[in-house]
Amino acid sequence: MHKDLLRLMRAEQSVRRHLAVTFVAAVAAGLLVLVQAELLAGVLSGRFAAVALAGVAAVVGLRALLAWTQGVYAGRTATGVKSALRHRLLARLRELGPARLAGHRSGELVTLTGRGLDGLDAYLTGYLPAIAVAAVVPVAVLVRLFAADLASAVIVLVTLPLIPIFGALVGMTTKAVTERQFQALSRLGGHFLDVVRGLPTLRAFGRARYQATVIERVADAHRGATMRTLRVAFLSSLVLELCASLSLALVAVPIGLRLLGGSLDLTTALLVLLLAPEAYLPLRAMGTRFHASMEGVAAADAAFAVLDRESDPTTAPLDHTPAPSASAPPTAPAPHGGAPADHRGAGRGSPGVGAAPRALPGGPPRIRLEDVTVRYPGRDDPALEHVTLTIEPGERVALVGESGGGKSTLLSLLLGFVRPSEGRVLVDGTDLRELDLDGWRARLAFVPQRPHLFTTTVAGNIRLGAPAASLQEVRQAATAAHVHDFIDELPQGYETQVGERGANLSAGQRQRIALARAFCRPSAPVLLLDEPTARLDGRSEAAVVAATAGLCHGRTAVIVAHRPAMIELADRVIRLHGGRVIADTTSGSAPGNQADRRVTNDHGGNGRPADGADQERANQERADRDPAVSPRTGSTSTRSEA
Amino acid sequence: MNRRMGWRLVLAALAGGAADLAGLGLIAAAAWLITRAAEQPPLAALSVAIVATRAFATSRGVFRYAERLTGHDVALRAQADSRERLYASLITPRQPRHGGADLLSRMVDDTEAVQDLLVRCLLPAAAAAMAGLAAVVVGLTLLPVTALVLAAGLVVAGVLLPASTATAARRWSARIAPARAELAGRVADLVHGSADLAAYGAGDRALADAMAADERLAGLERRQARVHATALAGGTLVQGLTVAAIVLIAQSAGVGTVATAVLALTALVSFEPVLPLAAAGERLAGVLAALRRLREVRSAPPMITEPAAPAPPPASPLTVDINDLVVRHAPRTPAGQEDGRAAVDGVSLTLTPGKRVALVGPSGAGKSTVLAALMRLVDPESGNIRINGVDSRDMASDDVRALMTGLTQDPYIFQTSLRDNLRLAGPEAGEEELLRAVRDARLEHWVERTGWDAELGEDGGTVSGGQLQRLALARALLYDPPVLLLDEPAEALDEETADALMEDLLDVTHDRTTLLVTHRLKGLERVDEIVVLEEGRVVQRGHHDELVGQAGYYRDLWESEVLTRR
Repeated sequence: MHKDLLRLMRAEQSVRRHLAVTFVAAVAAGLLVLVQAELLAGVLSGRFAAVALAGVAAVVGLRALLAWTQGVYAGRTATGVKSALRHRLLARLRELGPARLAGHRSGELVTLTGRGLDGLDAYLTGYLPAIAVAAVVPVAVLVRLFAADLASAVIVLVTLPLIPIFGALVGMTTKAVTERQFQALSRLGGHFLDVVRGLPTLRAFGRARYQATVIERVADAHRGATMRTLRVAFLSSLVLELCASLSLALVAVPIGLRLLGGSLDLTTALLVLLLAPEAYLPLRAMGTRFHASMEGVAAADAAFAVLDRESDPTTAPLDHTPAPSASAPPTAPAPHGGAPADHRGAGRGSPGVGAAPRALPGGPPRIRLEDVTVRYPGRDDPALEHVTLTIEPGERVALVGESGGGKSTLLSLLLGFVRPSEGRVLVDGTDLRELDLDGWRARLAFVPQRPHLFTTTVAGNIRLGAPAASLQEVRQAATAAHVHDFIDELPQGYETQVGERGANLSAGQRQRIALARAFCRPSAPVLLLDEPTARLDGRSEAAVVAATAGLCHGRTAVIVAHRPAMIELADRVIRLHGGRVIADTTSGSAPGNQADRRVTNDHGGNGRPADGADQERANQERADRDPAVSPRTGSTSTRSEA
Repeated sequence: MNRRMGWRLVLAALAGGAADLAGLGLIAAAAWLITRAAEQPPLAALSVAIVATRAFATSRGVFRYAERLTGHDVALRAQADSRERLYASLITPRQPRHGGADLLSRMVDDTEAVQDLLVRCLLPAAAAAMAGLAAVVVGLTLLPVTALVLAAGLVVAGVLLPASTATAARRWSARIAPARAELAGRVADLVHGSADLAAYGAGDRALADAMAADERLAGLERRQARVHATALAGGTLVQGLTVAAIVLIAQSAGVGTVATAVLALTALVSFEPVLPLAAAGERLAGVLAALRRLREVRSAPPMITEPAAPAPPPASPLTVDINDLVVRHAPRTPAGQEDGRAAVDGVSLTLTPGKRVALVGPSGAGKSTVLAALMRLVDPESGNIRINGVDSRDMASDDVRALMTGLTQDPYIFQTSLRDNLRLAGPEAGEEELLRAVRDARLEHWVERTGWDAELGEDGGTVSGGQLQRLALARALLYDPPVLLLDEPAEALDEETADALMEDLLDVTHDRTTLLVTHRLKGLERVDEIVVLEEGRVVQRGHHDELVGQAGYYRDLWESEVLTRR
């Protein structure tokens, strides 16, 4: 039995109850077979009148009822266990966080959590009840046999243990082989899938037909190996089968001879004949069910491997509950899970080390990396190495450099997806570890390199970070991201369902919907963009650059950029190479940007210059809706006028 | 399925039947032995029964062993066969584009259905039929009426019950499949979108959504379990009542204790191989659906028709003429293309030896479709493509692709070593050639770091977008076709690398006949002709300098590109 699975089932009350009912029904049905045999033997020998057949019918009816109950409750047990396990897995995946998930074979995780767990059905509905029956019924049969005929009972008693003993022996010797075979089987499936997926590529290089012979060869080799192992593995079933049937012969022949001698009555003889197979049957049933449930055991192993995997310090998520920190008392109620709609980023702007004392909560924070090194497990070179830099409020930073240089890691660091192996990240002087991570993330607007579109409507996708946003706000965001026209042309406009992994949208459209997502959080003071214009053609790129420029106003923006236009937006360019900052230049060419920065410095932390019209409107709307924001908006407009 | 496999199948069925028959014989012989012994005949009268009991007991295990071995052998062969056939049918591109990765993996899963069909449905059914038949024959010889009752019981348990579970399973799977797909979608959202969810604080909502989907699925599965439970109960009921009825009939007919016992016990045991068929019926619904899906894939009309007598491929140097090409995708392709508009609508261009042509235009303009037509992955609706005057439709598509190929859309990285991934474009290539291809694609640093024997693959987890693109380019350069086709070679590369790559690309392709699809205009002053496509039509063509001089798409794009550059 699977220890982890049993623990899980014990922890879930309803599962425990359903499993108990299943067990009771299965065992009771098994015991009723004894009663049935008793009655049938009596009727056949002529001891009981034919009326006893009514009793047989009644017992059969009862057994049917119990079988039904067993089936229904086994089904409930299975769905209960699967749901519980699924819930734990999904919660665990969330806990692992994006940085660790990225290192996983994500496809496998999805399959495991979805269809993979269905493999448990055979284990839960077949194998477990079979174990219960095998534990009780053979004993009951033996007891009855001892009462009826000592000699037969002894034969059964002696041969019965041979089944589990031989089963275990053969099982043990073949276990490694069977497991290897199981893996080979899945590798074979994997190989075939791989080839089918890559068929367009094979076709392009004229290798498609050749690969057919490879498939054939691999399958042949696999079959040969499998059959060699099966020849041994099936020995177990041969032994079990032989034990059961030979014991029956061993019982039947002496009984016949004793009947001949007159030392035994026919009723007892028939009872023994009917009962003896029932002693072996549950054990054999358990054996076959065991093989069928192997897949479930593998699924359970895989699931618990994910659940039990210890977290490593780098990519372990930061604590969701902030450590009480005297230096950072919450100045405004931090938005907690219950109210994700509140995405204004009313975080904890505390008077930090370098920040001016008049820093307003919720404004763009000062972000400081102090000697930060990030090491991913299993990799020799650190992704970031001794990086120290300060991003002033309202600064627009472009991160450039070749791929693998540490740009995305830096973003992940700011997002709290990874934590520094050494050094620390300070937000307005507070260590990110001590911040309420949800509250901090509520102040961010993030566009990943390959944004995921969710299986919901287009509007729902844009609303991801602002569930309370009105359709009007969603439209504004889409317009700003230059994707409104496209969405308008869709069959159901904003209510169009996004297909399997956003398959019916082009990369550029996906990218822009993700940008709209960021636009839909107009008051998030920190903007993190990972190559927002990758995969866009020139025209859309220019549009997105313009849109991003609007989005950047008055915020701290950290943009991983490849294209010059994006880099142009920034007033500071940080070049990363091999995890180190190799250049850090503040561009003097854009006077506007300079002015922004001066504002930043003069007014202590909240550099919110004149906004784009959209921005202003959104702020105004928000202010109208929520008076708590008014002071900030007010101060902003004052500054704009100044 | 070939003839040798047919034989194996018969052999497996016979072994299974023999195992069940031995079981039946064992119980019949034992019942006869005991009841006859109770009449106290001379010992000699029992000797045959004693021998039979022992023989049946021994042979049952041996037959069962043989059945399992032959059955699995046949099943593995059948599965391999089904995969080979599926693959063979996929080699030719087919009408409904089976593109989605999930769709593909389901297709691969479907090929396992054949194995289930044999091992779990057909072979057990055949064995059960043999055992049932034998029991009925026993009944016929002893008391024909009981044979009738038994036959009726067996038909109910072995035919009606499985048929109804199969029907129910089909109905339920139709309801469960969408629920399962929804759950899979939600789970995929949680895993693939974990960064988006975490950043936007939407994880709780997504988790709740997933669990709600799970609850809906669980509800359906619980109701489906009732079908299974009912079948289980029905089987038990039919078996018990049939035996009781046979005993009643036999006793009232007065055939004697021996015959009654033999009839009752053979009837009882004959149900043993029959009862599991109800579960097989449940599985059968899924198996048949899978087989139907595979058949649909195989019978989908091919995108191209191969010529009956292919013309020999012309020798280099090649001149490729595209004349008034019109290509229309099948009407039921993804949303947005249902208008029936031709993807390529009257395109003409000529590639003379050594000439380099660039195809530019917004996404969806038909650039990739032109390439697909050149590679003979789609047939034109009208117009033609001539290679040295020979219509490419008169040539085998493989031969056409041997002449014109290169870097295709969505290049794939196989789960094998870096070397083998590259080598598939040049199985005979030596170390030197591999190195040159890698160097030309500016991949040598990565290869040095990763090593030639590094295993790649699986969701591109180990290969970044840029590296993938460069690896694909290295393949194209290694293959070195007479006409090189490049579909967005700088896609997903960062600016510097892209510029450098295009620069090198234009160097490497200097004397090669090349058709380059791109949306980046930098460097295009070096190609001989630029063709601008919009909505499937050629809207502008000429040299870079001319196109920049006239108002239109090209100049707009160029200006925005200049604007976005330093």
